[in-house]
Amino acid sequence: MKKDDDASKSEQSSGVTRRDFMKISGIGVAVPLLVGPAVVKAAGEDVAVHGPGKVPVELTVNGKRLNARLEPRVTLLDALRDNFNLTGAKRVCDRGVCGACTLLMDGKSVYACAVLAIDAQGKKITTIEGLAQGDALTPVMQAFVDHDAQQCGFCTPGFIVATTRFLEQHPTPTADDIRRGLSGNYCRCGTYSGIRAVALATKLEGRSS
Amino acid sequence: MSDYQWPDPATRPLLGKRISRVDGPVKVSGRAKYTYDYNPDGLLAGKILRCPHAHARITSIDTGVVEKMPGVKAVQVIQQAGTEIFWAGDEVVGVAAVDETTAEDAIRAIKVQYEVLPHFVSDAEPPKNISLDTGPLSQEDFEDLEDNQVPDDQVIATIKKNGISFHPSEKYLKDAQESGVDKKVVEALRNAKYAEGKTSTSPYKKTAVQKQGDPDKAFTSAATVVDGLYGASCITHCCLETHGMASEWTTDKDLLVHVSTQNLSGIASQLAEPLSVPAGNIQVMQQYIGGGFGSKFSPDRWGITSAHLSKAAGGKPVKIMLERDSEQKVAGMRPSGYGRVKIAADKDGKFVAWQSSSWGTGGMGGGGTPPLPYIFDIPNQRKQSTAIATNQGSARAWRAPNHPQAAVITMCAIDDLAAKMNMDPFDLITRNLELTGKRADTYRDELPIAAELMEWKKNWHPRGDKSVGPLKRGLGLSLHTWGGRGHNSDCDLTIHPDGSVEIKMATQDLGTGCRTIVTIIAADTLGIPMENVKLLIGDSRYPVSGASGGSTTSGGVTSSTRRAAVDAKNQLFEKVAPALKAKPEELEAVNATVRVKGDSSRSLPWKEACSKIGALPMTIRGKNPDKSKPPDLTNSGVGGVQMADVSVDMETGIVRVNKMVAVQDCGLVVDVKTAESQALGALIMGISYALYEEKILDPVTGRMLNPNMEFYRLAGIADIGELKVHMMTGKGYDERGVIGLAEPPVVSPGAAISNAVANAIGVRVPFLPLTPNRVLEALEQGGARASV
Repeated sequence: MKKDDDASKSEQSSGVTRRDFMKISGIGVAVPLLVGPAVVKAAGEDVAVHGPGKVPVELTVNGKRLNARLEPRVTLLDALRDNFNLTGAKRVCDRGVCGACTLLMDGKSVYACAVLAIDAQGKKITTIEGLAQGDALTPVMQAFVDHDAQQCGFCTPGFIVATTRFLEQHPTPTADDIRRGLSGNYCRCGTYSGIRAVALATKLEGRSS
Repeated sequence: MSDYQWPDPATRPLLGKRISRVDGPVKVSGRAKYTYDYNPDGLLAGKILRCPHAHARITSIDTGVVEKMPGVKAVQVIQQAGTEIFWAGDEVVGVAAVDETTAEDAIRAIKVQYEVLPHFVSDAEPPKNISLDTGPLSQEDFEDLEDNQVPDDQVIATIKKNGISFHPSEKYLKDAQESGVDKKVVEALRNAKYAEGKTSTSPYKKTAVQKQGDPDKAFTSAATVVDGLYGASCITHCCLETHGMASEWTTDKDLLVHVSTQNLSGIASQLAEPLSVPAGNIQVMQQYIGGGFGSKFSPDRWGITSAHLSKAAGGKPVKIMLERDSEQKVAGMRPSGYGRVKIAADKDGKFVAWQSSSWGTGGMGGGGTPPLPYIFDIPNQRKQSTAIATNQGSARAWRAPNHPQAAVITMCAIDDLAAKMNMDPFDLITRNLELTGKRADTYRDELPIAAELMEWKKNWHPRGDKSVGPLKRGLGLSLHTWGGRGHNSDCDLTIHPDGSVEIKMATQDLGTGCRTIVTIIAADTLGIPMENVKLLIGDSRYPVSGASGGSTTSGGVTSSTRRAAVDAKNQLFEKVAPALKAKPEELEAVNATVRVKGDSSRSLPWKEACSKIGALPMTIRGKNPDKSKPPDLTNSGVGGVQMADVSVDMETGIVRVNKMVAVQDCGLVVDVKTAESQALGALIMGISYALYEEKILDPVTGRMLNPNMEFYRLAGIADIGELKVHMMTGKGYDERGVIGLAEPPVVSPGAAISNAVANAIGVRVPFLPLTPNRVLEALEQGGARASV
């Protein structure tokens, strides 16, 4: 795991006054904060202001609490990859199009490149590394192997997370369900034929939908 | 003498079966580590400032502020002030910093000034007679005027006015006259003033006209002639893992690099000179690669920059992975290819004449030269091509370079010819197969199989779906070929006294199944389970194996592995023979035992047999090619047939693929499962470039307008229709040896889909991708541009 190069750097002024801090404590139910962000009113609503500079971030990933000091602009994807060495999710399009960074946030598929790390606090995050128990493959992973639904493998982790969530929602999908439900991920080698077979053939057992 | 020949089907426990790829589990679990995932302690993020202009000269670079920025560890000017830049996105300055965001801030703070110069990015059809007003005529200019049948008096006037910049020999003048140049023009040339060549550089480079037979006579006497315009736009490789490299100096003189490459064994020698370090001091590593498709053979300027930055940062690892926009702009492009074609057949439907004027761009280097006419050696031909130099990142090999463009230009012209003759193109092509030479028998085998899988004869209708309603359906087909001889490959196969087997080879697996087929060959030859074979690739300290390009890897790596495994087995037999009271040549290795042939009572389990080796392991070098160990285990030249079934919405112009069929030969198929995946993937990539992909350059700014993945659109799972692949196996195919499969099946989809669209809507949409606007434009023009 990478060490925080600037760990000694004191937190730059986040503009937090004592009064702001009191306000934060009031709304700190949903977001567990060590030192919270400032809150300002915008369009009649409370909006948290993080940074500038690095702020403490706590993420709940694959059942573990992970802490780092990150700039507020760092995405959840980069936070996981660069700070916690969870490199299964890939950055490919970097703007919420290709699905290679798909992971589960509170059980739902999201593009991790389109979520800021600070906004992922308090959510339950599951990455490809957290889907399986130890070295055992999940049924979806095993089906990807059996149907050869991968070539270079770069899009594969994102596709597996997306397919897993898709099958939870569509245990017996139609061809049309697959066309709609798995259109959020791109593959360049052209492995959709195998992925379609995976989606049709795999039954999730022991997972509640 | 050892028998290296591929075994008979009866004695192949693994070879030719349907086996899951060996690196499947590590990939599906997210544990496979790509270059992009390399993340050692102290890693610095490298970023590159790129020129925003398509053509410019750098006038000044100021990195002063950046060098003092907190977190910035190294700055490297890649191209100095004064340098001329030829495309938007070219590299100017590199920065290494503690993290990506700091590096991005640093890049933004660098001040570079440019003198912006005129750019040219159009690959539209070259204007006629471009040489008339541009100074003294070069030989190319003169031939250009003649090719375009500029009136003689105009040519003579131009020669007199501008002079010529070449010295025509008497032989040249004689040849010119014999090939039909008017006597007066030849005289004008003979008496022309010599003048220095012009300095203005035209973007158009014409090749000489190539002629075969007597095309004019053949066209005149032909029963049917059609004219058409066909082509395919520039596309990008769009590798999901962008190009990139991580460099770290482990000592002052030793460099360790992790790089995303198709050419692991070839990287060190490309780094040695620019870094002034012996190639032997450079270790190159790569376990997994997220796509290459022909674009990743070089360390590239960003890779070299990462090494410079690492050195400047005291040897700390510096990783530069391209951002998506840079990947799309500069890291890989397939040249466009267009052609005006005239093709003719006699009354029996035999192709008699071909004429083409083709053009395309591959960036500053000009363009590709599609082999025209594709596959069919039509007896009478006249052809000429023009390469257009444009201000954009240069072309790189894209799966089957030049073939997809050639297939579109040729197979679509043939399809239009069939339509004019009121013939089924399947029949027209079948009638002309002898013109395909050595591949004719393969196509004869494949065409009926494809037709059956597509139910061609039942579903085909003459051009133009006459059914009511806006949705029209149509069928199209195309043929293709590729070489693919196995590349040079060395490997070391070690049998340990405990029975474990290990192979080392400095190759790469692009997702094609390279690891899987090497493991299959070794296990099949040694008669042991694949789990007993540990394959080590992706490290330049292993024996050298060739670059993965041109479908050459499968033939190369399987051949070297087979020779090593046969030799290892025979050496093992010599050690084991005394224990089994037999001669070495009487032994066989099957079912994880070494035994006397056909006598299971005189047998040793594999592990026990290997204990006879002695205290030390034995290592055998396998090579390809190796004339001392015949036969040749690989081959060159394959054939394939593809068919497409599409629906086109006449109101929206949207094309959907209902079904595609690929019938493909690749010699001896080592693993049917990964081979089918390769062909299925090629069909999908083909649907993608046929319908969606296009690198769009803005003529005003010279920049790429869609350097991303929302507007550079790839096919998704909803776009592919039903796909059927049939691999040719058995007699006529197996004995040819192992031939690679990466290129051939990606050649035909564009042509097959274009033909299916023409069959559906009754007119030709000239250029790929077949976007809704192109379809609607073709419908509006009633196909006037594409048929006589």
